[in-house]
Amino acid sequence: MIGFILNNERIETDLPQGMVLADFIRYKQCLTGTKLGCREGDCGACTVLVGTFSHGKISYESVTSCLMPLGNAQGKHIVTVEGVNTEGLNFVQQAMTDEGGTQCGFCTPGFIVSLCGFALSESKQDQTEGVLAIAGNICRCTGYKSIERAIERIVDKLKDKNPEDSLNWLVSNNFLPAYFLDIKYRMPVFQKNGADSISADSDIVFVGGGTDLYVQRPEEMYQSKMVHTLYRTDLKGIWKASGKCHIGASASTEEMKQSEIIQSLSPQTHDFFDLISSLQIRNMATVAGNLVNASPIGDLAIFLLALDAEIVLNAKGALRQLPLHSFFKGYKTLDKSADEFVQEVNFNLPSSGFLFNFEKVCKRTYLDIASVNSAASVTINSKGEITQAAFSAGGVAPVPKYLPETSAFLMGKIPSADLIAQSLELAQSEVAPIADVRGTVQYKRLLLRQLMTGHFMKFFPELY
Amino acid sequence: MKNIDSYTHTRGESIYVDDLPILGGTLFAIVFDSPVAHGKIKNLDVSEALRLPGIKRIITYDQIPGENQIGGIFPDEPALADKEVHFRGQPVALILASSERAGREARAKIIFETEALPIITDPREAASKGEIIGPVRTFKMGDLTEAWNKAVHVYEGKAETNGQEHLYIEGQGAYAFPIENDCIRVVSSTQGPTQVQRGVARVLGLAMHKVEVDVRRLGGGFGGKEDQATPFAVLASLGAFLTKKPVKLILDREEDLRMTGKRHPYTSDFKIGLDEDLKIVAYEADFFQNAGASADLSPAVLERTLFHATNSYFVPNIRVSATSCRTNLPPNTAFRGFGGPQGMFVIEAAITMAAEDLCVDRAQIQKANLFKDNDEFSYGQIIEGCEALSTWQQAEEDFDIQATRNRVANFNAQNKYSKKGLAFMPICFGISFTNTPMNHARALVHVYQDGSVGASTGAVEMGQGVNTKMLQVIAQTFSLSPSKIKLETTNTTRVANTSPTAASAGADLNGKALQIACDAIKSRLRTFIQKTFKVEHPEAVNIKDEWVYIDGKKTDWNWEKLVANAFLARVQLSEKGHYATPRVKFDKTTEKGHPFAYHVYGTSITEVTIDCLRGTYVFDKVDIVHDFGKSMNPIVDRGQVEGGLVQGMGWMTMEELAYNEEGRLLSSALSTYKVPDVFSAPKEINLKFLETEHSNLAILKSKAVGEPPLMYGIGAHFAISDAVKAFNPDAKGLFVAPMTHEKVLLALYSNDNEKNEMNKYSESEVNK
Repeated sequence: MIGFILNNERIETDLPQGMVLADFIRYKQCLTGTKLGCREGDCGACTVLVGTFSHGKISYESVTSCLMPLGNAQGKHIVTVEGVNTEGLNFVQQAMTDEGGTQCGFCTPGFIVSLCGFALSESKQDQTEGVLAIAGNICRCTGYKSIERAIERIVDKLKDKNPEDSLNWLVSNNFLPAYFLDIKYRMPVFQKNGADSISADSDIVFVGGGTDLYVQRPEEMYQSKMVHTLYRTDLKGIWKASGKCHIGASASTEEMKQSEIIQSLSPQTHDFFDLISSLQIRNMATVAGNLVNASPIGDLAIFLLALDAEIVLNAKGALRQLPLHSFFKGYKTLDKSADEFVQEVNFNLPSSGFLFNFEKVCKRTYLDIASVNSAASVTINSKGEITQAAFSAGGVAPVPKYLPETSAFLMGKIPSADLIAQSLELAQSEVAPIADVRGTVQYKRLLLRQLMTGHFMKFFPELY
Repeated sequence: MKNIDSYTHTRGESIYVDDLPILGGTLFAIVFDSPVAHGKIKNLDVSEALRLPGIKRIITYDQIPGENQIGGIFPDEPALADKEVHFRGQPVALILASSERAGREARAKIIFETEALPIITDPREAASKGEIIGPVRTFKMGDLTEAWNKAVHVYEGKAETNGQEHLYIEGQGAYAFPIENDCIRVVSSTQGPTQVQRGVARVLGLAMHKVEVDVRRLGGGFGGKEDQATPFAVLASLGAFLTKKPVKLILDREEDLRMTGKRHPYTSDFKIGLDEDLKIVAYEADFFQNAGASADLSPAVLERTLFHATNSYFVPNIRVSATSCRTNLPPNTAFRGFGGPQGMFVIEAAITMAAEDLCVDRAQIQKANLFKDNDEFSYGQIIEGCEALSTWQQAEEDFDIQATRNRVANFNAQNKYSKKGLAFMPICFGISFTNTPMNHARALVHVYQDGSVGASTGAVEMGQGVNTKMLQVIAQTFSLSPSKIKLETTNTTRVANTSPTAASAGADLNGKALQIACDAIKSRLRTFIQKTFKVEHPEAVNIKDEWVYIDGKKTDWNWEKLVANAFLARVQLSEKGHYATPRVKFDKTTEKGHPFAYHVYGTSITEVTIDCLRGTYVFDKVDIVHDFGKSMNPIVDRGQVEGGLVQGMGWMTMEELAYNEEGRLLSSALSTYKVPDVFSAPKEINLKFLETEHSNLAILKSKAVGEPPLMYGIGAHFAISDAVKAFNPDAKGLFVAPMTHEKVLLALYSNDNEKNEMNKYSESEVNK
């Protein structure tokens, strides 16, 4: 039995946990405002909000309901476009109407929900963040400018929002209907995630956000026995302990983006994460999911490989730790037995002189899968020598590729134009890209050289 | 006035086909489509699939009661494959199941064996093997032999544009209901209700009056639902007809991508000749259109390529020929611009090639050759009301082009790994169906006895705001508040024999018909007022802001009272209006005529910044002066320009259709086929409305706006190539669209490639 609140209504259902939330909303609850445009999280028409109750209040995140297993709705407040309707139009709907932000209307509910999620968010609320909130929503009609103008109106209005009493302000300023104020009193009845212990087994699918599983095998997922890990409190969190940064298996990509520890790696961490999928997907996609999926172009895998991260596996309570680069054995094959699941990932906290960079180029800069991505870290000592180096690259091998030779080659050396040229060449010898829809071999090799150059330009600007 | 649908759109209350409440007994249809691109069918065995739970029936071609044919222009497309399959994704059988899930499981159990036939995906190969659809078309004017002798600068080359997926966010779908006496009612997401009606009638062996097609709205069309909604509406209707149960057929995204056709890819050869003053004295081009496996609308699309082969430029001596090539891809179809953009790209490439060689700004050649009044198009129409130069000059002035040029030059001088590029893109686009018999429409208006008004037209609302414009026509004609007016669904029983909503002509044709109907009712009401109030001169009667005025004085009759009294006096309060565009004609035997009611003009300036390290780019701004005539709805019209521009930019930049040699679509999902997102749109779109009064064939003088702005997007391509040249003057391969990040990076470093620095690893790796 799955229990949650859908808009203003309490839901209890025996339907399969693996059914996607969008189907439940549209075809079981007949709330047809939530649209299906692609069923792979790439258009945002099915965007809903997921409210999580914690410390006496509810925080809302936008997600694509086409990839969200019904089981992940357990104990949540799920909000569809119908759930943000007020008398007449709410502020967001009025802004979109006034600016001509809707044409055929099919993508519109997704934009409305994303923007209501933006209004609810507790982070910065400027135009940049407003646009990022809809970065996962595709509109084929408007060319987006009218939507950006609507966001300007919304951002302007939100300047008056009282951060101490955000929800009341949003209700009294007609962003949201009044029932939102009562939801927190109706939430605690549900069973908490993470109370039961878990163990892996060959017939059980571990589902984090489901953002890849539901793209690859949606039919199979419907009937699968599954463990839902995304909202398990025992697998959440990003914390420091004994000189390391620990990332719980179920930390979402957005949680990584917002983490101060991760941000301390580079002043540009925010920008790196904006290149990874969209807000809706980042809210669901977990660290463990990205690693276990073992995509050769997995962004988090590439990111973590360049931090010399280690992965911790759990088999019925017994923990095993191994370097992340040896976790990937071959194309979609892992050093992981059927009874192991991912507990956490960790890496050594950087020391002084540490520099980190992430690069990614795709067909479309945002909300796309990389043609080639690459990350790198170096540590420079006071003598100007490289005392640590780790380079990784995706899209150039059957696995998310750690470049051991290039990394080792740089150790103990002093950066120079010649050294860089040699390491660029060395990196080419470590990779073997294949041609596919994301690029030819020639392109991927050239792009790797360019992205590696991008690292060096940031690390050693004096050499350029 | 704002889009009248925005209230329900933003509240999630607008209804699309997949949102209709499910009627009891409904069966869900799943299409079994060909997994091979070309083959003779040797075995089609559905027996195992039929035994699965929830499977009610599997329909194959031999169960079709009427004719197994849905081809529009030529009868070359079966509803369900019979002896052969001609493309991957071609419908072969229709599974009717109690759920979509059950239907999809059954689909995997169908046994389908074919004997392989040769697969062609390349249009030039098709042409060389005689696989062409319809005649090769040629437009000619002037004396080319003399012109080539006169030309001082002559350039020859090749230009290519890839196709484009429509990516309407609402996929194809239909819901069909059996009605007594072997009738069918089908709700379809189609731009062409009459096309669907004709198709269903033909395949079911019914008279057209037994088929009712109803369309509320589409979640995007862009041409993709002009002809290609028909097969799926036909299949749903076939299922409903044979089982006497409602049948719903909704394609999911991957099905839609692999089964439906797209914008036609073109590969073309050009030759351009200029005189010393940079005037184009001669132009020849041969266009090879990749039509896909059947004709669909390809011959009509082909024709428009020729109509727009010189874009906004006067070319006195010309020969342009176009061949529609049959390949084993899904039948390509209408897409905003309808072949026009493909033609325009080639002459823009030719001009660019000349400019690069002559070391002049390409804008100089463009501007020197713009059309002016009384010039002649290659198809014989004489230009009237030309705004080519006026939009160009206004763009130069309003957007201070000299300052922009200086800024770009300074930027490029100062930045090593970042370069800016600029491109002008003038447009000239003809409005009307080039097939003259299609230029007519009807509208039905009811004034109800309480004074409210309901109207039906043949226009289909798909986000372009046509219903908003229709409502404005009624409100303006009757001087009535919009709240009293309702636009009905587009339905073949209320408005028959419609042309599809296409060719940017929906508002003009249907608006004019609506105006005629409203005028007729208004005229009867005025006569009634004149009689009742015993007014001598009819001009003394006026209906304004919902009140009756006599000699400028307000009476005690408001609109409601007028209508109520007219009804009691048995005045006819309903009317049908019919409109046929005057003047238009075209003779295909001579390839001459006056095919267009008018042309739409405009000029855009695109500025891009490319990251020369990574090969990525950002569009800083696009400045546009667009000829709207006298815009009747600036919000709607601005939306059409901005949306069309970005869609065109998508075609030119990131939207890359990839088929392999087996005819399989590799960019088969939104994870691999990328359309513009919010960051791909230009940071700024600055739009100036050029207002003109002389467009009498446009509805309320407000010119058609659906398609023309898409072609501003072509500027994106040439702005990128301009920036690439700033980094690498020897860059090659720049006349192939789209200009993906890959193509840009390879062009930026094409010199390195020649030095073979990068290639030493690649040769052995290619096939791994």
